[in-house]
Amino acid sequence: MAIELNQVGFAHAQAPETTVLQIAHWQVAAGERVFVHGPSGVGKSTLLNLISGLLVAQEGEVSVLGERLDVMSSRQRDRFRANHIGYVFQRFNLIPYLNAIENIALAGSFSAGTSRQNNAPRPESLLESLNLETSSWRKPTAVLSMGQQQRVAIARALINQPELLIADEPTSSLDQDNRDKFLALLMPLVEEHNMTLLFASHDMTLAKHFSKIQPFAEISQDASA
Amino acid sequence: MFLRIAIKSLMNRKGSVIMSMLAIAVAIFVLLGIEHIRQQARDSFASTVSGVDLIVGAKTGSLNLLLYSVFRVGAATDNISWDAYQEIAESDDVSWTVPLSLGDSHEGYRVLGTSPAYFEHFSYGDQRPLQLVDGKPFESAYEVVLGSEVARTLGYSLGDEILLSHGVVSTSFSLHADHPFIVVGILEPTGTPVDQTVHVPLQGLEAIHSSPRRLARLESVDELTPQSITAFFLGLNSKLSTFRVQREINGFAQEPLMAILPGVALSELWQMVGTFENILRFISLLVLVAAVLGLGAVLLASVRERRHEISLLRVLGAPPSYLFLLLELEALLISVAGMLLGVFGLYLSLLLARDRLATTVGLHLDPSVLTTGGLMIMLLVLGAALIAAAVPALRIYSQARTQYDH
Repeated sequence: MAIELNQVGFAHAQAPETTVLQIAHWQVAAGERVFVHGPSGVGKSTLLNLISGLLVAQEGEVSVLGERLDVMSSRQRDRFRANHIGYVFQRFNLIPYLNAIENIALAGSFSAGTSRQNNAPRPESLLESLNLETSSWRKPTAVLSMGQQQRVAIARALINQPELLIADEPTSSLDQDNRDKFLALLMPLVEEHNMTLLFASHDMTLAKHFSKIQPFAEISQDASA
Repeated sequence: MFLRIAIKSLMNRKGSVIMSMLAIAVAIFVLLGIEHIRQQARDSFASTVSGVDLIVGAKTGSLNLLLYSVFRVGAATDNISWDAYQEIAESDDVSWTVPLSLGDSHEGYRVLGTSPAYFEHFSYGDQRPLQLVDGKPFESAYEVVLGSEVARTLGYSLGDEILLSHGVVSTSFSLHADHPFIVVGILEPTGTPVDQTVHVPLQGLEAIHSSPRRLARLESVDELTPQSITAFFLGLNSKLSTFRVQREINGFAQEPLMAILPGVALSELWQMVGTFENILRFISLLVLVAAVLGLGAVLLASVRERRHEISLLRVLGAPPSYLFLLLELEALLISVAGMLLGVFGLYLSLLLARDRLATTVGLHLDPSVLTTGGLMIMLLVLGAALIAAAVPALRIYSQARTQYDH
């Protein structure tokens, strides 16, 4: 299993009484491309943060790629995330004052020291395969268009050759045209690298690209009910 | 990569970063400048006179006597009669004396009337005697020996004729035009007020203040005897008699005289300056505190702007300590840049102000500011900057631990 959650309960530290997530069991097989669907603000991002190890559940087991995140130290989780998980957000994917190459290299710098680094792709070749014109490589990413920025974000997410790619509303800031281009670039790369993809969005029109469609309501029991 | 992020992040916030860098530069400038000038002034003061056992003048404050006889600052309240000088000079304990007669000036430089003994006995620094780079000591009345700076600034060389005037203003109306003096010697630089002094024989000085009628009665002006002198330096046969001779002079019956030990008077002077010096140091410390607080404020404001950057770095796998160190590194870079700017500015200012300070207050500065004391101060500034940056660094650390909204 790529992801396996058992009896997971999570509440924010600021409001420990309000359970945000309550998951009896949920799992994703390796290589699956899962579309997690649900309206904004129901806790999709919280779920993704639990799986990436940014948040820790108060109870239950969280296993990712066969490793128990809930028993790791926070330093171990940070390292695990750097080495095994790629992330693409809706916005603010890049450090605005660094250029595309630097942004990609930055992600690489946190996973340095792993054996996979030797055959890791170069930032330049990734940008090339994502059709980003060479003239934009050395510009601060703040001046790039949203579509260009999201393509750099994919390259950044792929630099460490992660087994798991998490995409949190990555197309919601794009227009229809760029949205289609984004998916047309992303899906073959996911396939090519044989990654597990967890893609969260409120936009049901994207569902056709995925092998599995998972309504968020079925993952987490409605805590308020 | 770490350093590159810090540098690019700072360049991205140029305005506030340059402001706080300038604040650090000013703090360094003030701290180092005061420390440097203090040190140099202390050294320069302590080395103005040596080898003189007692300085004798009319009764006044000991500091006043030291200031006008050695530093040529201020004016004597009264003179010593020639007879009293002779009486003391001829006593058994006294090995040598150097008479000093002040009050005239030439182009803003003080004129000192003295005897050839001056070149023999007066020394400075670590018992270094005066040396002539050119010519010889004066022998007859209308000859003059110049301090190195006088010769350099006014462009005089051996054989030049100069006119002396009364008083210490550079444009004086009462030019003693009748009596030109010939430059016979130029002293090597000493870093003391000697450099700014025009040395003439007592007889020459007396002559320009005498009526033509009096001079006409003489066969040679070299026979002139001054009626009084301003002060004199005194060397003893035995140091053991210093305090006894000092007591005798202080109790001199015919006129009110006083004798001071140069070392004691110098340290008294320094103690007085010391209070002032501590106040300056305290103020410069406050300037430093203000500068590093400004640095802290700039970085603290940046933490707010960098919300997205923080969560992004966390997602990429950066531990919270990475962000803590990133802010500290930024503080370090700002302070080092400010420091270089401040040191360079100070060096440049000292270089430019050097001549002015030397001529106006007789302070000789070495523009090399990177002494051990200077390095200590820079370490202090770095430490202060890192401590001030710890506040925003801790803020970003705790934010990195708890904030995940993107």
